[in-house]
Amino acid sequence: MLIFIARRLGVMILTALALTFIVFYLTNLPPNLEKLARTEGSVRMTDEAVLAWIDQNGHGGSVFGRYAQWIGLAPGWVLTDEKGVTRGRCINSTNTPETAATYCGVLQGDWGFSTVFKKPVAESVMQKLGSTGWLMLAVMLVMVPASLLIGVLSGMREGSRTDRVLSIFSIATTATPEYVSGVILVAIFASATAGISPILASWGWIDSKTLFLGTATSAMDGITFWNFALPVMTIALYGIGYIARMTRASMTEVMTQQYIRTARLKGVSFGNVVMKHALRNALIAPFTVIMLQFPWLLNGVVIVETLFNYKGFGWTLVQAAGNNDIDLLLGCSVVAVIVVLTTQLISDIGYVFLNPRIRLS
Amino acid sequence: MDDQLLNWGQIIARILQQFLPVWIALAITFALSFKFKRRLGLYGKLFDSPVGLVGLFLVMFWIFTALFADLVITMDPIAQFGRVKNPPPGTPIVDAAEGQYAYFLLGADHLARDVFSRVVMGARRVLMIAPAATSFAFMVGVTLGLPAGYFGGKLDTVLSFLSNLVLAFPVILLFYLLVTPEIRDTGIPVTLAAVLFIFPVIFFCTLFNSRFHTNPTRRNLYVGLTLLIGLWAYSGLAFNKDPLGIWSMDPNMLNVFVSVVFVNSPTVFRIVRGIVMDLKARDYVAAGQTRGESAWYIMLWEILPNARGPLIVDFCLRIGYTTILLGTLGFFGLGVSPESPDWGSTIDDGRKLLSLYLHPAITPALALMSLVLGLNLLADGLREESLKD
Repeated sequence: MLIFIARRLGVMILTALALTFIVFYLTNLPPNLEKLARTEGSVRMTDEAVLAWIDQNGHGGSVFGRYAQWIGLAPGWVLTDEKGVTRGRCINSTNTPETAATYCGVLQGDWGFSTVFKKPVAESVMQKLGSTGWLMLAVMLVMVPASLLIGVLSGMREGSRTDRVLSIFSIATTATPEYVSGVILVAIFASATAGISPILASWGWIDSKTLFLGTATSAMDGITFWNFALPVMTIALYGIGYIARMTRASMTEVMTQQYIRTARLKGVSFGNVVMKHALRNALIAPFTVIMLQFPWLLNGVVIVETLFNYKGFGWTLVQAAGNNDIDLLLGCSVVAVIVVLTTQLISDIGYVFLNPRIRLS
Repeated sequence: MDDQLLNWGQIIARILQQFLPVWIALAITFALSFKFKRRLGLYGKLFDSPVGLVGLFLVMFWIFTALFADLVITMDPIAQFGRVKNPPPGTPIVDAAEGQYAYFLLGADHLARDVFSRVVMGARRVLMIAPAATSFAFMVGVTLGLPAGYFGGKLDTVLSFLSNLVLAFPVILLFYLLVTPEIRDTGIPVTLAAVLFIFPVIFFCTLFNSRFHTNPTRRNLYVGLTLLIGLWAYSGLAFNKDPLGIWSMDPNMLNVFVSVVFVNSPTVFRIVRGIVMDLKARDYVAAGQTRGESAWYIMLWEILPNARGPLIVDFCLRIGYTTILLGTLGFFGLGVSPESPDWGSTIDDGRKLLSLYLHPAITPALALMSLVLGLNLLADGLREESLKD
């Protein structure tokens, strides 16, 4: 078991290095650097000035060398320009060229400086991750119980009317990406001209113009049911269908097993068979699926945070990518990669613990 | 001409009338299929499953809509009509020109472009890219997944690591890095296209060579034809250097296409690899090995036909997923021109005024949803019917 985890950790680190290098390479392509130079310097720079700017701000030289600087394995760049001002990767407002450290990369805990938000990357990412954490938590609290319930109910008696209705519901939700369900949910619940809000308002049941809020910006200060329900439902809906279908498949398989028939024949009630014999065996597969659902949740978070203007991790990623903010984008991708790889590891280990028939050699 | 808004009954009647070519084509297809359903194999069996039938209807509806889009649309999808912003569905057009359609059937957007025509044209764009991109992803996934699952060992380790690498990327981050105007200058999309587009050629060459290598005349004919057509299309699609100028792809479109193929192929690889690892222990594989058949013959002519069930089902699901991905790209405004009528960017345009005007965003949203739903139902029907025997 320990060897297995150690080997998986090794592969994880290798994957993380490869992925961050790809992101680093793609963000540091010459056209991207030119764009950065024009946004940071001035739009009317000549081509020579752009090249000079790139060199003087530490973006010159080999891409491997710069990547090593970012990791913290190579000394940060230091340049003195013609005016005698010394600048460098490790030199910022709090220290001088003399006191600055030689190495300042991720290994030293320095994630760089965001050019969009004008503050250190670590600070802005951590702050945004907090907001997204609440969103993720709420989504999980809605998605997991709902999808397991739907899956078990429809897999319990395959082919019954309940099964048909719930299966169609899950297929329909997996066919609705977040940017579609978000729009539909806003149309039904948060529009002043259509859906149910005008009706409720005319009956005098709600004081404001709409039942739910169409944006989640106010949820940054305080989460309420009315500003948070729509984004959470939008992300959860897509996942519910998928996990429910996996649970249903697993449940129908378990319900045809010999031990279920034995239990039924010896007179155990149907409810007890489902609760005590079937459920535990049927929940092994969905566990893996739920864990592997995290990477997709990350996508959902990006779309929903853009759609509902909730300034969290996904929104930051879009800002970073849209403005080619290299350090911030690298920070975001490290977080994303860690989330994806950790959930993969947890799902593998959890699978082994839940299913004693699998042995790792 | 009166200036009255059409009511919903009139709007629906007029829309149904606009779709007339689609209805005729659908009726012909379904009548013929139903008549000969016993002779059509798995496709014919779909007509016994209500779920599959509904799925097939939705999918065929959108395919015919894309085909006959020029007949169905009422106005030019990118032209602007009038100065009224966001007119509601059924609004008559002020001083319409002679011979021009007189109403915005489903309203118009903030630039006074007809929503109905844009959604119909958007179907053409989606159905042009999604099935083709999915096929390419399948070619890549199958060509790499077969040997990885069959031989295992170092090849499998390396390919699996690479596919996990791509899968560990959040899709949106990858799109933001790969689909930008800047990256088109660097030649990375062309390089990716050069790598990905060669796989169908390799696939078909190996396919014919492994089957007919004992019969050199037929082998040379088939492989020669594949190479001729394949490399001709390859030179045009990947490098835009087709000597005859028939095959070509707009750089913008190439960028989107390549990224979507790139994102999809690792998943196909994993599925194929899994199926092959399961099937290679079967008796007919052992029989082939004993007969002295080549490894590629066993993979392509013994294992692959037996793996077709799950692969066909996944192909349907994957077209739906690709449609969602294309919508995502449009939603973030990546790789599309501003006036493009594709569904993702139309939803993105419409959502900014969502709390006041619903129709510009909700129509493409429902269109996208119905197409993906149709594909998912079709996949479900196919799965059910293929499990029956």
